[in-house]
Amino acid sequence: MSKILRAITVAATFAVALATAHAAPVTITVATFPDLDRAAKAALPRWNAAHPDVSVKIVSLQYADHHTAMTTALATGSGLPDVMAVDLRFLGKFAQAGGLEDLGHAPYDGLAYADRFARYTFPQATNAKGQLVALPADIGPGTLLYRTDLLARAGLAEADLTRSWESFIAAGVKLRQATGAYLIADSADIRDIVMRAGLADGEGIYFDRDGKVLVESPRFVRAFELGRAAHRAGIDLGTTAWTNEWVAGFRADRIASQAMGAWLAGHLKNWLAPDSAGKWRSTTLPGGTWASYGGSFYAIPRKAAHKAEAWDFIRFMTLERDTQLQALRVLDSFPSLLAAQEDPVMDEPIAFLGGQRARQLWREIARNVPAIPVNKFDAMATEVIRAEYDDVINRGKDIATALAEARVLIEHRARR
Amino acid sequence: MHAMSTPELTRPAAGAPARAPSRRTRLRRLAPYFFIAPFFVLFGVFGLFPLLFSIWLSLNQWDAAEGLGAMHFVGLENYWVALTDPWFRESLWNTFWYAVASGVPQHLVALPLAFFIHRTLRRSRNFVVGAYFVPYVTSSVAIALIFTTLFSKDFGVVNAILPGPPIDWIGDAFWARVTVAFVVFWRYLGWNMVLYLSALQTIPHDLYEAATLDGASLWKQFRHVALPLLRPMIFLAVTLTLIGNLQLFEEPFILIPPESGAMPHVQTTAVFMYRMAFGDGDFGTASAVSWLLFLVIAALTWGNAKLFGKEAQSDVAR
Repeated sequence: MSKILRAITVAATFAVALATAHAAPVTITVATFPDLDRAAKAALPRWNAAHPDVSVKIVSLQYADHHTAMTTALATGSGLPDVMAVDLRFLGKFAQAGGLEDLGHAPYDGLAYADRFARYTFPQATNAKGQLVALPADIGPGTLLYRTDLLARAGLAEADLTRSWESFIAAGVKLRQATGAYLIADSADIRDIVMRAGLADGEGIYFDRDGKVLVESPRFVRAFELGRAAHRAGIDLGTTAWTNEWVAGFRADRIASQAMGAWLAGHLKNWLAPDSAGKWRSTTLPGGTWASYGGSFYAIPRKAAHKAEAWDFIRFMTLERDTQLQALRVLDSFPSLLAAQEDPVMDEPIAFLGGQRARQLWREIARNVPAIPVNKFDAMATEVIRAEYDDVINRGKDIATALAEARVLIEHRARR
Repeated sequence: MHAMSTPELTRPAAGAPARAPSRRTRLRRLAPYFFIAPFFVLFGVFGLFPLLFSIWLSLNQWDAAEGLGAMHFVGLENYWVALTDPWFRESLWNTFWYAVASGVPQHLVALPLAFFIHRTLRRSRNFVVGAYFVPYVTSSVAIALIFTTLFSKDFGVVNAILPGPPIDWIGDAFWARVTVAFVVFWRYLGWNMVLYLSALQTIPHDLYEAATLDGASLWKQFRHVALPLLRPMIFLAVTLTLIGNLQLFEEPFILIPPESGAMPHVQTTAVFMYRMAFGDGDFGTASAVSWLLFLVIAALTWGNAKLFGKEAQSDVAR
């Protein structure tokens, strides 16, 4: 179908939708997942007041179930919502596939808002064809959260953690000797940061612009070496994030720092380690790396029934300063909207972080995160790298061999 | 079979004058097909169609998120891609490992256990059998919760009891395989035991009495009376275990965290297939994997029947 014909079809759909909007109330379906669903639920009263004729039905499934359900819905073209929440991890896959509306072109005007959002979010939501498939709802500026009390007992300061990776590992050894606590939960956290270090705008993590696999580059070699050095130094507890052991590690004061998106502070406060309130601080990632962890987006499926209303709802969730700030208050998400990042709430001290005005730091981090395009095969490449790293750490595999095998396997699976 | 023969009953007698069947007769003839239709409709929609569709899918490249229109024919390429994927080959090995490590003990324990319960327990038998059967009917979510807690590296009961440094039961590739095999063993022991118990109940009691009179011990009765007569049931139970273990999915899927770096060393072929489809979005290759797995299962089941089945059949005939 030609582009013009498609535009006419969409426009006609809009016209019909608008015409019927007055005749009968429209209900749009928003498919989402926790905790993001709480932002939409909290915003509903204001949405209903402003749009009495469009009611919103929120369908929330667990994180993995939601994305599996959306994959199936896109595959079969049935059971699709009007608004689809997509986590960054799945955005690459969904964006390349072409089942989502291009929000950058008429009747949408998404590209006009590019400079209203954190600068790195639009490249994440843009596919290889240059289509903008989603708008960002929240972002995760990468930060190192650490326990001041444990560090103080070992005579360590923040600078010992951030100066360099060598200093970070040395601090971990000292901390372990003085307190018995581990500086990090998993040495893979170091790997994940270092392999993103020094990326410039437009550079991919695993693939370059032409799809060439980059996992044998010095970035990955150093990431594996530093991760292995940290593991050999015994500063990692050896637990994967989001497992029971990880949670228990925080509660038993056995993990002294965790690199993650700024939103982790909210998770720590609410359920991971509420008892350690006031003992945490936030700082930049070690080694001067700027990175982001996760992020949530809203998209419209091609076969959605109420696209015009869906677009209104997405703009309401992402472009309205009040909605963005409400989400920050409800679930401690960090706003993607720059206008919301200028709000006085950014200067408020955060009690859980001992009164630190950490949002100013997070805003600063968000400004420095490079704009990295996502690739359809990023998730697959992540899995391969994870497995090879596990072989290096636990089965003594040589790093050069591991990365060479990773490249071969990634090329094998990404062949088309 | 009954449904097929029912229309015969409504057929007019041979000597009756030929005339067009009335509307009522026609409806009566069709009725059995309506009665049996629910099964065939459900089977067609949920059984036959997916089966045939997955054959077609395995010959196509399809990224599901693109919708049905994005499918394009690639012939046998997906099969080649799967066979040359090192994780697929390792998953086959893992599956085989689980089949042996969890399957063999299941039967080695279930058989004598069933015999013991059959011969010695009277009043408490139903309770004991029920207790062994509980794992089989327990929801996998509950099993995942209980076992990840029991086998937790840092605060699990198992490590608390065992001496020495804590073992990473879930995160380490080797121990994770042991844990999964144990859970499978624990879960299906009761099922196999019930199978054997029901077979034991069909063995006439006089045989044991005769053996007792001849001075055979309990062990000798088990070895020379029960075991030979159980052969057909052993064949059935081993076949079921073989098929079940080769399709093993739930236990590794719920026990191993999806982000575990040890995944290639612990995943079964079914888990690999699932992750290929829903993780990587490559439904074509995942379908090819499922058919390759089917070929393996068919070959092994055939081998099992060759080795075991003929004798089992002849035993019955004897």
